[in-house]
Amino acid sequence: MKIIVLVKQVPDTETNIKVGDKSINEAGIKWIISPYDEFAIEEGLRLREKNGGEVIAVSLGPDRVQESLRQAYAMGADRAVQIKVDNYVPFDTTLTSELIANFAKSENADVIIGGRQSIDSDSSQVVVQVAEALGIAHIAFAVSLEISGTAVKSTKEVEGGTQVVETSLPVAITAQKGLNEPRYPNLKGLMAAKKKPIETKTPADLGNPTSKIEVVGLEPPPPRIPGRKLEAADAKGFAEQLVKALREEAKVI
Amino acid sequence: MSNVLIVGELKNGELKKISKEITSAGRKIADALGGKVTALLIGSGVEKFAGDLGAVGADSVVTVNAGDFNAETWANLVAGVIKDKNPSVVLLPHTSQGKDYSPRVAVKAGAGIIADVVGLSVDGGKVVAKKPIYSGKAYGNFKVTSPVAIFTVRPNSQEVVQKAGAGAVEAASPAAGDAKVKIVSSDLSGGNKVQLAEASIIVSGGRGIKGPENWPVLQALADILGAALGASRAAVDAGWIPHSHQVGQTGKTVSPNCYIACGISGAIQHLAGMGSSKYIVAINKDGDAPIFKVATYGVVGDLFEVVPALTDEFKKVLG
Ligand SMILES: Cc1cc2nc3c(=O)[nH]c(=O)nc-3n(C[C@H](O)[C@H](O)[C@H](O)COP(=O)(O)OP(=O)(O)OC[C@H]3O[C@@H](n4cnc5c(N)ncnc54)[C@H](O)[C@@H]3O)c2cc1C
Repeated sequence: MKIIVLVKQVPDTETNIKVGDKSINEAGIKWIISPYDEFAIEEGLRLREKNGGEVIAVSLGPDRVQESLRQAYAMGADRAVQIKVDNYVPFDTTLTSELIANFAKSENADVIIGGRQSIDSDSSQVVVQVAEALGIAHIAFAVSLEISGTAVKSTKEVEGGTQVVETSLPVAITAQKGLNEPRYPNLKGLMAAKKKPIETKTPADLGNPTSKIEVVGLEPPPPRIPGRKLEAADAKGFAEQLVKALREEAKVI
Repeated sequence: MSNVLIVGELKNGELKKISKEITSAGRKIADALGGKVTALLIGSGVEKFAGDLGAVGADSVVTVNAGDFNAETWANLVAGVIKDKNPSVVLLPHTSQGKDYSPRVAVKAGAGIIADVVGLSVDGGKVVAKKPIYSGKAYGNFKVTSPVAIFTVRPNSQEVVQKAGAGAVEAASPAAGDAKVKIVSSDLSGGNKVQLAEASIIVSGGRGIKGPENWPVLQALADILGAALGASRAAVDAGWIPHSHQVGQTGKTVSPNCYIACGISGAIQHLAGMGSSKYIVAINKDGDAPIFKVATYGVVGDLFEVVPALTDEFKKVLG
C-alpha cells in the first residue's frame, strides 16, 4: 500500500505573529507540523504497519520545511519529499492541491491523508481538492479508519453526530482529532532522520500550475471592543449588571 | 456582467441562517458589481424557502430536488448550476457540509477559492475577501484571479439585511453523478441541539466546572438563551463532554455574537477558536486569568454562584 501523508509546516501556536505587507515576518518564528497533520502521519504509519507498503511524507514550501520532514522520518516515514516552492503562500489551496495531486499521480498512491485543516489558514480544502483532481473518493473529518484489501470503512464527524461510510481504494482522508494519538519521535529516530535523504520536486516537475489567487495584503486583527471587569457585591449583583450590559449596551441578547 | 451565485444550506428540512447571511452578502456584492443574485437550494421541497431568500436579496432561486447530503453528488449539482448560470462570484457556507463539498466544486469549476471568509468587499471590479489567519493573530485580504471566484463564508460573519429581490423560482436538474462513498449509517443524536459552529450565543465550560455532573449548571443558562454548549480541551480531555463540543485550535472555530466562558483560563489554543467572538463574557475565580484580556465583560467570581444567578436573572427578563 502506498500512502502519502501531507505535512504542512506552520508557525507554532504560541509564536507571536508580526504582520508584514503580504506575508508575515518570519524572523524568530518557531515552526511546527500543523497539529492535525500529526494525526495524518500517525494514521499513515498504522496503515503501513497493518498492510505493508510505504509512507511518503510530503511537504510544500521553502527549505525550512525539511525540518518537518525530518520529524516525519523520525516518527517512521519511509520517504520524504519536499515540493520546493520558495515564495509559498499558505492560503493558495488550489495551487497546493494541484502540485500534490500531480505528485500523487506520479506515485500511483493508494491513500492520501492530511489534517482536517491547517492551523495557519483553517481552509479545509487541500485534501479534498486533491481527491477531486485525481477523481478518487474522499472522507472528510475521519475519526476512525479501517482498510482491508481495497475496502475502506470509516466513521466521519458530521454536523450533529457521526456517519459510518464505505468506499474502496484509492481514497483521500482528512484526519479529525480522535482518529488516533500521534506517537513521539524517539531520540534514535531523530538521530537517524538527520541522515536520511529528502527528495525534492519543483513546480516544473509537477506541471507548473499557476496560482488563482492574489494576496492583497495582511493586517493585524481588528481591535476588540474594549473590555472591563464588572464590580458587584455578590453574584446577584454581577448577574444584574451582566444582563443589563448584554441587553442594553451590547444588544446581543 | 458579474452575477453572484449563493448556495444555501438546510438542516432537518429547515433553512439555515447562514443561507440568508450569504444571500445578503451576495446582494451587496452584486449591487457593487452591477449583477444579479441567484440562490441555489438543494433538497426536497425546497421551493418553499424561495420567498425567504427573495426577501433578503435573491433575484432568482434555483431549486434542485435531491435526497440526503453527499459531498460528491452535491459538488456535481453545484458545479452543474455554475456551468449553466456562469456566475463570476460564488458564495458557499463554511460549515461542515460546505467544507466537505466546496473543494470539489472549486476544482470542477477551475476556480480559485478562499475559505473561511469573514469580510467581503469590492475593489476594482473584484471581490476582496478577508479572513482570519494564524489562529486569528492576523487577517488577510485576498482576490481570486480566475474567471469564477469561490468563497466559503464563516457563519455569523455576515449581517442579514432585508432587501427585496424578485425571488423567481426555477427548477433545475443538473446531473448528480454517482458517489464513490456510500453512507452506511448515521448517528445524529446530537442533531437537534443548537450547533456550536453556527450558534449566535455559546455558553462554554472549562476545567473550572470541576466535573461532568455540573454541566446542568451551564445547560440551564444555555437553554434560557437558546445557546449552544461549548467546552475547553481540558474539559474534553478529562472525559466530561464529547470532543464535538470542543472550541479551539483542535476543536471548532466559532464566531458567535456572545461567548460566555465559565471556568476557562483562556489559553492561546482556546482563544484560537473563539477569539473572533463579538462579545466575550468571562466568569473566572482568578482575576489574572488570560481570558480577561479578551473579555468584553469580566466577572471575577465563582461560576457556581454567578452562573445560576445569571440564569435566574435572564429568566426574569426573557420569561
Ligand atoms: C496542540 C495543542 C492544542 C490544543 N487545543 C486546544 C483547543 O482546541 N481548545 C482548548 O480549549 N484548549 C486547547 N489546548 C489546551 C490549552 O493549552 C489549555 O490547556 C486549555 O485550554 C485549558 O483549559 P481550561 O481553561 O478549561 O483549564 P485551566 O487552564 O485549568 O483553567 C481553568 C480555569 O477555571 C477557573 N476556575 C476554577 N474553578 C472555578 C470556579 N469555581 N469558578 C470560576 N472559575 C473557576 C480557574 O481560575 C482557571 O482559570 C491545546 C493545547 C495544545 C498543546
